[in-house]
Amino acid sequence: MKPREFDYQRPATIEHAIELLAEHGGEARVIAGGQSLGPMLNLRLASPEILVDISKLSELTQVQVRGDRFFVGAAVRHADIEDGVVREATPGFLDRVAGGIAYRAVRNRGTIGGSLAHADPAGDWLPVLIALDAVGVARGSKGVREIPIAGLVEGVMTTCLAFDEILTGVLIPRLPSTARWGHCKFCRKPGEFADAIATVVMDRERNRCRVVLAQPVRPPLRLDQTAQIVATLGGLTDGSQAAVRDAVASDLGTWGISADADPYLFRLAAVAVARAVQQAFDR
Amino acid sequence: MTNVKMLLNGRQVSATVSARTSLADFVRDHEGLTGTHVTCEQGICGACTLMIDGRPSRSCITFAVTCWESDVRTIEAFEEDEIMELLRRCFREAHALQCGYCTPGMLMTARDIVTRLPNASRERIRLELSGNLCRCTGYLGIINAIEMALARRRGGLGMPQT
Repeated sequence: MKPREFDYQRPATIEHAIELLAEHGGEARVIAGGQSLGPMLNLRLASPEILVDISKLSELTQVQVRGDRFFVGAAVRHADIEDGVVREATPGFLDRVAGGIAYRAVRNRGTIGGSLAHADPAGDWLPVLIALDAVGVARGSKGVREIPIAGLVEGVMTTCLAFDEILTGVLIPRLPSTARWGHCKFCRKPGEFADAIATVVMDRERNRCRVVLAQPVRPPLRLDQTAQIVATLGGLTDGSQAAVRDAVASDLGTWGISADADPYLFRLAAVAVARAVQQAFDR
Repeated sequence: MTNVKMLLNGRQVSATVSARTSLADFVRDHEGLTGTHVTCEQGICGACTLMIDGRPSRSCITFAVTCWESDVRTIEAFEEDEIMELLRRCFREAHALQCGYCTPGMLMTARDIVTRLPNASRERIRLELSGNLCRCTGYLGIINAIEMALARRRGGLGMPQT
């Protein structure tokens, strides 16, 4: 399939990019790596009037230390994260996650900001950055605002970004070397879209524990009861594994997901979380 | 129509094309470089993989206009390349191709494995190849060929496993 005709602009500044988006009133799409938008255009699932290319804007390709947080520009590529461009931010976590996204040829162009703004619930960065309490930075006609990643997503492939707003980057709190993490992703084959992703971050220094679940049918969920249980555990025993299982069932229940109604999704979710927790304790 | 400007196989290329022209269609239809193959047009199969700024990339989901001033190299640019010559030899010896349709993309990925992961295990080679589909070989020949190339570059004999 070939896309419908569209116009294309590569503005030299972010201000001009925002103007272009405002001018086209929702009929423009931002493109950076284009690894999700490209297929959608080819399949005609998206048919914008114009693409606004932000991939070469220098402030969007930077990584900076800002206090105890790392600013990762929206146009930073997955492959660069895999290769360690923000290695100091977490003990191996971001590199590992990036290396598990699609295929190297896709990671060489796909960007972290594009993945977040696309808000595909099968994507890795949403659950991971929610688990890290990361904050998105968006810039639009009305100025700059910070949006916790947990509040960025409003639905499947839907964010709270206005049509004239660009996600310029993400602020990721540094995760200390003593912190533990787990990331379990179920795919039919490596690189395919995930059927379930569970992410666990345990930071005992700062008394933080997060468990996040992503499945392609809905936006990522924070499993807070599970996180509370996990935070109290010294290690995994048969008894504590059962407690984690019960907490996951209870969390999923509050989101209306039950073993009776969705046995497959429920089981995938429960096993993904259990494995992510196990990984975190093994690490 | 939009202007395209890139270094294509070492040659400066400027053209005016529709913005929706994929890089794959551009190199094939406008530049006659038909070694880049197009199949799924959604970034899954890997047949269209070529090098953009030295990194393997999907040319079917990359628009030619977005490659402004990039260094694009298709399979045709690798005739004299030492690593690709070794890979071609190993592919031949290990029966790593039958119909040859996936081969240009396979070679791009193989070259990336050989240069980026010189100590890649057999398991890692399999993982790295997950983004390139082959419908003939069942992959074993391809994995053997890449393993052989890695071993030869390390100075070993590099006989394929059976």
